[in-house]
Amino acid sequence: MSELIYKSAAQLSESLAKKEVSAREVTQAHLDQITKVDQAVHAFLFVDTEGALAQADQVDAARAKGENLGPLAGVPLALKDILAQEGIPTTCGSKILEGWRPPYSATVVKKLRAAGVVILGKTNMDEFAMGSSTENSAFGTTQNPWDLTRIPGGSGGGSAAALAAFEAPLAIGSDTGGSIRQPAAVTGTVGVKPTYGGVSRYGVIAYSSSLDQVGPCARTVLDTALLHEVIAGHDDYDATSINAPTPPVVAAAKRADVKGMKIGVIKELSGDGYESGVSERFEESLEILRSQGATIEMVSCPNFDYGLAAYYLIAPSEASSNLARFDAMRYGLRVGDDGSRSAEEVMSMTRAAGFGREVKRRIVLGTYALSAGYYDAYYGSAQKVRTLITQDFAKAFSSVDVLVSPTTPTVAFPIGAKSNDPVAMYLSDVATIPVNLAGVAAMSLPAGLSEGLPVGFQIIAPAMKDDRLYQVGAALERELAAKWGGVLTTKAPKLSSSAGA
Amino acid sequence: MSRISNEEVARIAHLARLELSANEIAELAGEMEAILGAVARVQEAAKSDVVPTSHPLALVNVTRPDVVRPSLTPESALSGAPASEEDRFRVPQILGEEA
Repeated sequence: MSELIYKSAAQLSESLAKKEVSAREVTQAHLDQITKVDQAVHAFLFVDTEGALAQADQVDAARAKGENLGPLAGVPLALKDILAQEGIPTTCGSKILEGWRPPYSATVVKKLRAAGVVILGKTNMDEFAMGSSTENSAFGTTQNPWDLTRIPGGSGGGSAAALAAFEAPLAIGSDTGGSIRQPAAVTGTVGVKPTYGGVSRYGVIAYSSSLDQVGPCARTVLDTALLHEVIAGHDDYDATSINAPTPPVVAAAKRADVKGMKIGVIKELSGDGYESGVSERFEESLEILRSQGATIEMVSCPNFDYGLAAYYLIAPSEASSNLARFDAMRYGLRVGDDGSRSAEEVMSMTRAAGFGREVKRRIVLGTYALSAGYYDAYYGSAQKVRTLITQDFAKAFSSVDVLVSPTTPTVAFPIGAKSNDPVAMYLSDVATIPVNLAGVAAMSLPAGLSEGLPVGFQIIAPAMKDDRLYQVGAALERELAAKWGGVLTTKAPKLSSSAGA
Repeated sequence: MSRISNEEVARIAHLARLELSANEIAELAGEMEAILGAVARVQEAAKSDVVPTSHPLALVNVTRPDVVRPSLTPESALSGAPASEEDRFRVPQILGEEA
């Protein structure tokens, strides 16, 4: 059964539909792999063995009765622990929520369940999605399956590592400044940040509400598209959800044709600070797209240089407000409630005990940026940069169909290398952040290896043109996979139960 | 970039209802200075004629029909509460009266 874990979701879907394999067998194979390798990888915070098998049995029973099932019915998935799932521990990587079992499910979780997707468990992440390495998780760091001494990216390092370690063929992430795309890049997997408002945020623990977006992760472009189609769509429970049809992402992934397309290379997202191996893989991918009939041109987005600075004002500002809800009153941790202290003192003590360093850092930074006397200089200026970046995108998209860049300036760095230097850590997101500020759509997919570690290729499309990501991504992937003899993760080390730890 | 004093960090932390130790305050003061030094450059680009953007979608007053829908039961709403009493959240004293 172990070969089941190396199959794509699309292949599993076909085998399940033909009843060559049962959902229970597929689910059990992945649960076995988790048992085997997760001690070394630590992708999961919670594994719902019984629940997953029960979901699989429901799918098998429905299939036996001849019910009309969706393409992903019976395919297992790893869920980032930022999404509320009824009755299942949901921590967001924080001590302040340890032991909390939500009384409701996120809309995305409901959609997954309705589609028959089997949820294996909750994946590790930087606390409240603040980080680029999972080192800020209150529950330990996830290891990169390509090299267990290196970071798997963040904040969604658990979801990306679960894919690269063949613990699940599908995963859900959330992307505020790159938390889907940067982990995808450094683990050799595919991740998409949909257009802002394309996927419901209801039941997703808020970090920076005007930037947060939930998205699909997988090992192939087509699998990512299949998952995108399941989770996207308008939701009455999210006032910022777009009320329009989801772009035809699966059809685009199947079309996989760039002939006649105009592709813009973002001048500001290259050069200094980008490792030579990253730049080389990027150039090779451009050459492939050119040979497939696309026109490549350089495009300048001058205000992207201010993106990182604007992000590290806007995101902490919104976070300082969003995280005010962790006040020790209605759910989560409460410290110091011994009858002698006021609600305010209990609140302050609980937040001191429940939040980790990076979360405290961003709450203080955001509160400062929003406080009287500093608001215009910091938050106000950052909002103006946001306008300028949005205008840069609009101008660029008036002459090209998609924009491209390396996803990250470097390959996965060693665990601990940047954990004491917040500014250096923040630079990991320099190429992914402009996308969130403008609310446009973007994908990272593997471009190859540099010194044995994966390099990510980023594609950016205008709002609600998410299908273009898949059209270009699938075309590039087809050529690269032909060269490699399979998608990049087929080259990932096969972890054994004795690996690392 | 002006120096962020320990007192300033303590004042901000109080606004955020975040109890910090003297060590944490001193550490954060240094880090804040480094981070603000790196992000203050937004001011170079933020000319007075640029309109600020607060959100990627230009949505105004999204509403839905006011229809009764099922909601959480008291048991379920209180299931994660640190303390509850008589179907309510029990909170510490809020007005500074004797407990």
